[in-house]
Amino acid sequence: MEPLKTVEGRAYPLGVKNVDTDMIIPAKWLKTISRVGMGKGAFEAMREVSGNVFDDPEYQGSPVLIAGDNFGCGSSREHAAWALNDMGIKVVIAPSFSDIFSGNAFKNGILTVVLPQEAVDRLMEVAKTDPIHVDLETQTVTTPFQDRFRFELDPFRKACLLGGLDEIGLTLERTGGIDRFEQRRDAEQPWIKPVLA
Amino acid sequence: MTQARTLYEKIWDAHVVETREDGTCLLYIDRHLVHEVTSPQAFEGLRMAGRKVRRPDLTLAVPDHNLPTTARVDGEGHRLPIKDPEGAQQLAALEKNAPEFGIKYIGATDKEQGIVHVVGPEQGFTLPGTTLVCGDSHTAAHGALGALAFGIGTSEVEHVLATQTLQLKPSKTMEIRVEGQLGPGVTPKDVILHVIGVIGTAGGTGHVIEYRGNVFEEMSVEGRLTVSNMSIEGGARAGLFAPDEKTFAYVKGRPMAPKGADWEAAVAYWKTLKTDEGATFDRSVVIDAAGIVPTVTWGTSPEDVVPITGTVPAPESFADATKRAAAEKALEYMGLSAGQRMQDIEVQHIFIGSCTNSRIEDLRAAAAVVKGHKVDPRIRQALIVPGSGLVKLQAEAEGLDKIFLDAGFEWREPGCSMCLGMNPDKVPAGERCASTSNRNFMGRQGPGSRTHLVSPAMAAAAAITGHLTDIRTMAGEMA
Ligand code: SF4
Repeated sequence: MEPLKTVEGRAYPLGVKNVDTDMIIPAKWLKTISRVGMGKGAFEAMREVSGNVFDDPEYQGSPVLIAGDNFGCGSSREHAAWALNDMGIKVVIAPSFSDIFSGNAFKNGILTVVLPQEAVDRLMEVAKTDPIHVDLETQTVTTPFQDRFRFELDPFRKACLLGGLDEIGLTLERTGGIDRFEQRRDAEQPWIKPVLA
Repeated sequence: MTQARTLYEKIWDAHVVETREDGTCLLYIDRHLVHEVTSPQAFEGLRMAGRKVRRPDLTLAVPDHNLPTTARVDGEGHRLPIKDPEGAQQLAALEKNAPEFGIKYIGATDKEQGIVHVVGPEQGFTLPGTTLVCGDSHTAAHGALGALAFGIGTSEVEHVLATQTLQLKPSKTMEIRVEGQLGPGVTPKDVILHVIGVIGTAGGTGHVIEYRGNVFEEMSVEGRLTVSNMSIEGGARAGLFAPDEKTFAYVKGRPMAPKGADWEAAVAYWKTLKTDEGATFDRSVVIDAAGIVPTVTWGTSPEDVVPITGTVPAPESFADATKRAAAEKALEYMGLSAGQRMQDIEVQHIFIGSCTNSRIEDLRAAAAVVKGHKVDPRIRQALIVPGSGLVKLQAEAEGLDKIFLDAGFEWREPGCSMCLGMNPDKVPAGERCASTSNRNFMGRQGPGSRTHLVSPAMAAAAAITGHLTDIRTMAGEMA
């Protein structure tokens, strides 16, 4: 994964509460075989409403999304994170997230930033005209107007995002330990390998 | 003396590669089963990152969920195309990914093809004391052989493919003990439905269940597969049975099982895999076998069970308000009213199959009931779907196919079939099915479908009478 250190750019001022995974990516996309290309189906129902933020040229290609409470609730489908990734969204800011969604987002290199409602309201306002800036190192969201909001971030997740390490990348750093485990096991329990013709 | 440990703790400890400060372990995975629905994005992820499969020799792929169960080849032996373009695409992806990553693949027309959870044990791929995963929640089934087996999501499938490990925290332990004598007509399916009725669908959440007590000890390995399979319906991530002589006899001689000196060494190790005297479980449930009768579901959750002799419960009978509301909704969806006798409920479809009940013993039990009878004319479709090509061949060698066909059943190719509405076998909206599968969720067998979970013998009985039937009233028909 690409390391995520700072993100600077416009933000989709969505602001809606309880955006569930079905709104992020409808169920019909579940039978696909790829995790790319899903941006086309993202927020499909919302996009049918004229004047929606996603089709507003003002916000095209924004790397940040600002939403209301409980973003990503509903089913555990990882497709929701894949869809955001495919749209180029790197950070989602909301007062709260569903746990499963945050986990899936993190696994796919997307940062979820939890901020109090007042801060989110202020960012929504700024987003309509100006870019915002997210800094992982200092755990802050800032605007061109001296706003500065600090957010909490699990140290493990922070290290992974900063280093561009996905869970697999991290485990691959433990390859030495896995090798040793396998060698010991294969010696002690030679029968453990399946007999594959 | 080391501390007394449960079976789960023994298997877990034997697979920990490393432990992180926060208690998360890197757990080694011995066996990985792959099917067409949850693997395409995992392989794509590997490809995008330029990664390989660490241990293709510990991985086995077989398609099952999407495959139609009608003939797969035409008269000349040519493959017949799959009509659903997305199903066809997922199958094609697996057919391409398995060889590309060096994974052994059992193809759609091979005689060993079948439902992953039937194929694994049948091939001797599933072994006692191993850790086994698959991108499918019913992976719990393999716990019947004493393997620590659980379902995983697509990112985890990719993680296992790349690293042969998972990052996990240990679960809590739970024992379910069923003691005493089971009554006539009570099968392993009735036992697990009854257990889920007792503990509820959240009863096992966060736990791994070990099934203990004389009833489970006396149960055949195939019966244990039925029980362990539905551990997930009780909220548990996995189920476990301590491997015993029955397990060893079941595994011995299977194609991928250890042979010769390896076999002896394996059995010696497997014999150590039991919960120590004095080990404690976080939770313990004891059930009297004599209280279990042939069981059916009335609602849309596997915990909605009643004895076949019972009636549809009234929503008011539930003390809990959420449960009351859920029952009202379930009754409306199921088209049933409180007080109706379960045995009066007519069904239009019969499904004998799924990873819960599609092995040879299940088909024998159903055939014993069917023999000499005809499917009731009011039944629109009665399907028998063997869990694998080998089960199908075995059944044909025993003449079971003939019994079913003579009675008016359809005899299909192996696959998940009507267990879930992902392939052409579906129950139409508003129609009712007596099904040997594991989930009676709304729409599980097709949009608007109504499911009653039952044992194979009870599904066979319903086919003959046209309504849910107490198997004990079909004198002399029980195997
Ligand atoms: S038979 Fe049903 S429960 Fe079993 S693997 Fe297939 S779809 Fe899942």
